Amino acid sequence: MKRFVYADNAATTPVSREVIEAMTPIFETSWGNPSSLHEKGREAKDILDDARERIAKVFNCDSSEIYFTSCGTESDNWAIRGAAMRMKAKGKTHIVTSAIEHHAVLHTCKALEKEGFTVDYVGVDADGIVNLDELRSLVTEKTALVTVMYANNEVGTIEPIEEIVEIAHAKGALMFTDAVQAVGNVDIDLSKLKVDMLSLSGHKIHAPKGIGMLYIRKGVVINNLIEGGGQERRKRAGTENLPYIVGLCRALEIAKENLPELDEVAKKRDRLIEGLTKIPYSKLNGHRTLRLAGNANVGFEFIEGESLLLWLDIAGICASTGSACSTASLEPSHVLIAMGVPHEKAHGSLRLTISRETTDEDIDYIIENVTSVVEKLRNMSPLWEDVVKREQTV
Amino acid sequence: MKYSEKVMDHFTNPRNVGEIENADGVGVVGNAKCGDIMKMYLKIDDNGVITDCKFKTFGCGAAIATSSMATELVKGHTVEEALKLTNKAVVEALDGLPPVKVHCSVLAEEAIKTAVADYYNKIGKPVDFEIEKSHEEE
Repeated sequence: MKRFVYADNAATTPVSREVIEAMTPIFETSWGNPSSLHEKGREAKDILDDARERIAKVFNCDSSEIYFTSCGTESDNWAIRGAAMRMKAKGKTHIVTSAIEHHAVLHTCKALEKEGFTVDYVGVDADGIVNLDELRSLVTEKTALVTVMYANNEVGTIEPIEEIVEIAHAKGALMFTDAVQAVGNVDIDLSKLKVDMLSLSGHKIHAPKGIGMLYIRKGVVINNLIEGGGQERRKRAGTENLPYIVGLCRALEIAKENLPELDEVAKKRDRLIEGLTKIPYSKLNGHRTLRLAGNANVGFEFIEGESLLLWLDIAGICASTGSACSTASLEPSHVLIAMGVPHEKAHGSLRLTISRETTDEDIDYIIENVTSVVEKLRNMSPLWEDVVKREQTV
Repeated sequence: MKYSEKVMDHFTNPRNVGEIENADGVGVVGNAKCGDIMKMYLKIDDNGVITDCKFKTFGCGAAIATSSMATELVKGHTVEEALKLTNKAVVEALDGLPPVKVHCSVLAEEAIKTAVADYYNKIGKPVDFEIEKSHEEE
């Protein structure tokens, strides 16, 4: 029987019932503009302040350090560009990032290169862990900003952020981390983690699309990206998206409450990885243990990822691939390439990102279907034909 | 991105998948690095008619569908007719392809031409046509 298995939670998540319930009264009743002086405005302002306070509790930081944005990409753009422009005035025009960042970070860095900044891209090992020795050699007194993601969106590898912060701060550079994939998967205590800035996105944690957040540590000043009215303490203009802010707040609280349940998700993920890597000529991409609880990324040789996705889609399984053929660029995943995966193998990668909702039956169903689709595609692959002939002669 | 029903039909039920033993012409185009490889096998009779055509493809949905359609379009035709097969004809027969996938149809056209060239070489006939080789490794 055909099932429906959503295993693409790193792309986006469904909005949870509790989040919808938290947002509904804001649409229906408390629809005022928090900047208005009248009753409706004051009501909205109280709700906004309350949401900010509650989010500060989740991260163990101060509410004045929280800025709401429209999405993770805006937060990344703001943090990097805002810090770069601010530090430029101090004569610092060097940025260090990693080779495996999300495009929101990479393309912002590329744009800054065209504007006169120098950017170095620190490499990663075969598991996707940033090379700390190389990072140490790249960060100098001229470095304005070090920007390294907390956890990778494709292979799920969790980076040694605390050590990266130390390396950045030792040379007086600001440290920003794109935590879009990490939030909800890792307990982030900002009283202990000394990053200067941290970005997150609502739709990865069961809040709607169109809401993001940037944490900026007290005392850290960056330039504005969006000018206009004086919202967000004059740092980010635009009327506050109150229903979504409330939704984000509720989603973050729930994510924090659910952190202990991640062990169960990780167990299912491990079973998924075990089942998929039983397929001949397959390999896990990313670190075996230092990885997001829901992420399984496996490469299958001699087949191409888009074909695999199409067949899985027919079976009701939603997944993702690092193959070039699934994008307009015709270049396979920059993350896998940076990890040293050859182009031909990067084309056959499959990313499955499960959630608390994923059942044991779903895991069995995924393993069963991936196994049969890989076999089907290999049987029509000229590369597989060569492997079979080679094996016969041995 | 969305594929036409025809593309999905040829992707899920590809025609003429397989190998031909002692084929009269074999053509391999593309490379694994780019993510597409097509291998075409032709069986050609004494009158120059393609009596059988089979393929094996490593690639995306469009690569598989265009391979399948190309075999259908040349089977039963003469090699001269097969050489006139254009990628455009393959795309049209599939009710269109997304713009980023048009290169797959070019590959299908090249695969047929390369297999015919192999046949010409075997029978000692000069290869009097050009093959684009859009996916050759540098």
